[in-house]
Amino acid sequence: MESIILFAPLVGSLIAGFGWKFISIRGAQWVTTGLLFLACALSWIVFLTHGPETQHIQVMRWIESGTLSTDWSIRLDRLTSIMLIVVTTVSAVVHLYSFGYMAHDSQFKDGEESYRARFFAYLSFFTFAMLMLVTSDNLVQMFFGWEGVGVASYLLIGFYYRKPSANAAAMKAFIVNRVGDFGFALGIFGLFYLTDSVKFDDIFAAAPALAETQLHFLWGTWNAAEVLAVLLFVGAMGKSAQLFLHTWLPDAMEGPTPVSALIHAATMVTAGVFLVCRMSPLMEFAPNATAFITFLGATTAFVAATIGLVQNDIKRVIAYSTMSQLGYMFVAAGVGVYSVAMFHLFTHAFFKAMLFLGAGSVIHGMHHEQDMRNYGGLKDKMPKTFWAMMIGTLAITGVGIPLTHIGFAGYLSKDAVIESAWAGTQGGYAFWMLVIAALFTSFYSWRLMFLTFFGKPRGDKHTHEHAHESPTVMLVPLGVLALGAIFSGMLWYGSFFGDHNKVNAFFGVPAHAEAAEHGDDHAAPAADDHAADEHGEAKEHVAMHTSDDHAAMAVEHHGAAPQGAIFTHPDNHVMDDAHHAPIWVKISPFIAMVIGFITAYWFYIVNPSLPKRLADTQRPLYLFLLNKWYFDEIYDFLFVQPSKMIGRFLWKNIDEAIIKGGLNGIAMGIVPFFTRLAGKAQSGFIFTYAFAMVIGMAVLITWMTLSGGAH
Amino acid sequence: MISADLNLILPEIVLALFAMGALLGAVYTGKDKLAQAMVWATAALFLALAFWIGVSGEGTQTGFGDMFVVDGFARFAKVVILLSAACVLLMSEGYMTRRGLLLFEYPVLIVLSVIGMMVMVSASDLMVLYMGLELQSLALYVVASFRRDSSKSTEAGLKYFVLGALSSGLLLYGASLTYGFAGTTKFTGIIEAAVHGHVTAGLLIGLVLLIAGLAFKVSAVPFHMWTPDVYEGSPTPVTAFFATAPKVAAMAMFARVMFDAFGQAIPDWSQVVALLSVLSMFLGAIAAIGQTDIKRLMAYSSIAHMGFALMGLAAGTAFGVQAMLIYMAIYVTMNIGTFAFIMSMERDGQPVTDVKSLGMYSTREPLKALAMLVLLFSLAGIPPLVGFFGKFYVLRAAYDAGLAWLAVAGVIASVIGAFYYLRIVFFMYFGEEQEEALETNRSVVLKGFLYASAFVMVAGVINLFGVEAMAQAAAATLVQ
Repeated sequence: MESIILFAPLVGSLIAGFGWKFISIRGAQWVTTGLLFLACALSWIVFLTHGPETQHIQVMRWIESGTLSTDWSIRLDRLTSIMLIVVTTVSAVVHLYSFGYMAHDSQFKDGEESYRARFFAYLSFFTFAMLMLVTSDNLVQMFFGWEGVGVASYLLIGFYYRKPSANAAAMKAFIVNRVGDFGFALGIFGLFYLTDSVKFDDIFAAAPALAETQLHFLWGTWNAAEVLAVLLFVGAMGKSAQLFLHTWLPDAMEGPTPVSALIHAATMVTAGVFLVCRMSPLMEFAPNATAFITFLGATTAFVAATIGLVQNDIKRVIAYSTMSQLGYMFVAAGVGVYSVAMFHLFTHAFFKAMLFLGAGSVIHGMHHEQDMRNYGGLKDKMPKTFWAMMIGTLAITGVGIPLTHIGFAGYLSKDAVIESAWAGTQGGYAFWMLVIAALFTSFYSWRLMFLTFFGKPRGDKHTHEHAHESPTVMLVPLGVLALGAIFSGMLWYGSFFGDHNKVNAFFGVPAHAEAAEHGDDHAAPAADDHAADEHGEAKEHVAMHTSDDHAAMAVEHHGAAPQGAIFTHPDNHVMDDAHHAPIWVKISPFIAMVIGFITAYWFYIVNPSLPKRLADTQRPLYLFLLNKWYFDEIYDFLFVQPSKMIGRFLWKNIDEAIIKGGLNGIAMGIVPFFTRLAGKAQSGFIFTYAFAMVIGMAVLITWMTLSGGAH
Repeated sequence: MISADLNLILPEIVLALFAMGALLGAVYTGKDKLAQAMVWATAALFLALAFWIGVSGEGTQTGFGDMFVVDGFARFAKVVILLSAACVLLMSEGYMTRRGLLLFEYPVLIVLSVIGMMVMVSASDLMVLYMGLELQSLALYVVASFRRDSSKSTEAGLKYFVLGALSSGLLLYGASLTYGFAGTTKFTGIIEAAVHGHVTAGLLIGLVLLIAGLAFKVSAVPFHMWTPDVYEGSPTPVTAFFATAPKVAAMAMFARVMFDAFGQAIPDWSQVVALLSVLSMFLGAIAAIGQTDIKRLMAYSSIAHMGFALMGLAAGTAFGVQAMLIYMAIYVTMNIGTFAFIMSMERDGQPVTDVKSLGMYSTREPLKALAMLVLLFSLAGIPPLVGFFGKFYVLRAAYDAGLAWLAVAGVIASVIGAFYYLRIVFFMYFGEEQEEALETNRSVVLKGFLYASAFVMVAGVINLFGVEAMAQAAAATLVQ
């Protein structure tokens, strides 16, 4: 069944990509979408029926070379099954949505160019690569999927290949990701060098040893675990658009909107978070690296949110929002609460995909107008889209009833992240950054809503008159995702961030004894009637052992890989601390959300001229934010221009002048000269020939006599 | 005793008797009317003898008081000589007939020169060597000027003869010096004269003069000057013959003299041979660029190829000799195919040798153009064709023997040389359309040789048809 999930998208992709001529474009669409829904259904079955234990399913032997031995196999545990449902669900609905969204495209000649079959083939190929990534059992296989999604992303960002900006964005995404991949690859090499294996189990088992290994490199000595964790995180930074390697994500919005929803919101960009969670056994032994992850994640969340405040392109606002939310996930992972990182990843996939698809619906209805300044008052023209967007906004801003577990998905997961950040940093930098970012999130999300759906129609009158609600095939996916955006948080709160035992049971981790001290106020919500309960009881039994077991377990970790999908160090109590956070911490994100909402309401409904005046009075700040903190300009100056200069120098001076000039000089100057010389020597006169022979003989004898014959 | 000696030279005796019998028979009977049949008979005899020599005879046998030796090396060379001579004869029959050149003397002269070659490669004495060399050369002088009514052909014969006489003089002078310092003309005696690694100056000068004489035969620079003129002036089948069998014989003889007679002075002659090698490779490559006549071009090509073969010899090792033998076998095969193509180039019944006349040849004769392309690529030494492996062997031999500079020079020369081979390909595939197209020559024999040769260049990459092992065995008998 797992193999079917894995390979159904590949089969669909190949059929659609190469066989659409035989089954028609429509057939190609149906085949890919049908196979994706099959994979989606099977994924849900796996998620709901498969227990928390780790299972290895070998597909084939892959690489045998020296000590490098790699299987192609599926590692099925809770992390995998979560990612499976996220990827296949979003992918399936995006496939369906694309039926409507891609039906007509001014970029291509209708009927002549098979852009739709290509699009669906790419989407399915992306899904395959993503599944490859999340199901991998070793780092090499993961890298395969990692690069595969990179390729698919490149192809889909540049899907409108006639647009220079799309091509540039595709290249930017690919190149920036190369920087991250370089770190990731170094991490893999380093792990193989130190543990002689690329298999997760072997690496996890060796993690405690790595923490005590010192690496000598360049000028200093480094802790192996720290170095490797940072290197892997560099890879994650590239893929997940964390600060300094984030510049490609906003530009990636050049791709069709379904692509933005699938790849650049719900799945691929979360691969970095997945990687950090997957490598949790290593991360737990690298406290400095995780501190760095926390710091960078919090900063990213803040920076992206500030930029999102002033962007006018509807997709770019959501793109910065995505980047910001990814920062949240990294903070959770960085402080060691991997389950919460996964929780936010999980809920975010639903509401962010829905926001994108809703935005796509608006764009579709507005004839590919993306500037929010030209929207306004679309609430009545597109009521269904409006409600979908409303749900998405409520989810992302974190609307819920404070101090309970009732609320939209984003409420539960984001609050969990913020509480964890408080606990993990003792109320430090990361916590405050995230709270401020939550305020900004609320502001820009509501700004988007108000500018788009409320107020008077702005911009081109004609466009507004023809604005229309999207077809059903585009609305159904919104409905499906709306369910996720509303309920996914409440349903799985207990599993991801409930009491310690429940979480451990959910992820198949042998519980630590301190879980027993969890407080009553964190009892699982009623909605959490999960199959994991009985497992939880079984584990609770284990948890009855006293804390004496701590030492024993720590030793055990040296020998074998820790069980379960994620690993938390025995000394890691962040999640329990988060549960015992003070009330002001727990309600701070709610307050931030309310402030953001009120401000946005004030700015865009009550007093719409205010933003303009504020922008004028605070012009430097406004421009600073509008220009995205000038990251692109700085990079252009620091990296792009120097690279171009070096490239131009090597091209003009080395390649053209020295290599080409030299070879041409030899080939066109020196060789013909000798050719003419040889031609002249060949006079045709016999005495010349005889003379040459005699001279040659004389030279040979002289040489022979001088060079050694004369002893 | 004498019967054992005679038994040793039985193939040569058979050929000599055949030549004399054919000459007498033809003179008194049908004369030129018999020529065609004689060509076929001669070719058949060559093939039969090649088979006989190939399968019979084990080990090393000497006769006539150590003056004549039949060993694995000689057998390998003889088989290659006989096979290539038979192939060239078969190819030339149609060409010669159409131009009224097929006189009955032609096959007889070829047979006589082949006898000379066989004596050359088996010679173990300077006198025998010279006898074989002259027998071969005199026959070749005549066939070079076989087209008596063409001034070019007679010029070629005369030039060849005069310069050949000069080279014979050098060789004889070297032989007499060697005799003077070694006291014997036998190789076994000469090698003993230098047994303690000490070679007297007189012997060395004799060695150099011998090398000069031998280098003339393999047309190594600077003793190559006759080659382009003779190749151009001679009738094309004769050129094809010059480019194949005599080269193998001369190269084999070269190796035998160097190892059997001067095996104690390898460092001494190795440097000279290396010098000849590098000069030949570069001159062959550079001078060929300026040629528009394909026969002259092939002359320079053969000079360059001899340079590569000499590289194997310069290594002075058994592997070097093996590489040289492999190289020669491949070279001969390539040249047979290439000359089969050149012979088929004609317009209005007249042979055409201008390279430019091949413009857009591929559109009219795609298959032939493709076969020629394969051969030219192989001649240029482009992998994965067999020609590459020939070069690879000699380069490796030179490198293993510590002559890395020579190997590097060889690579550079082969890059330069690739130009003129590729230029022909360029004309065939991208050149200007010719107003007067070359005729489609329907000679099955020529086509057959062209395709077979091209096929060998492609299929041979699998195991070189076992030549590698045979050459190794042959080289082992020469270099102990």
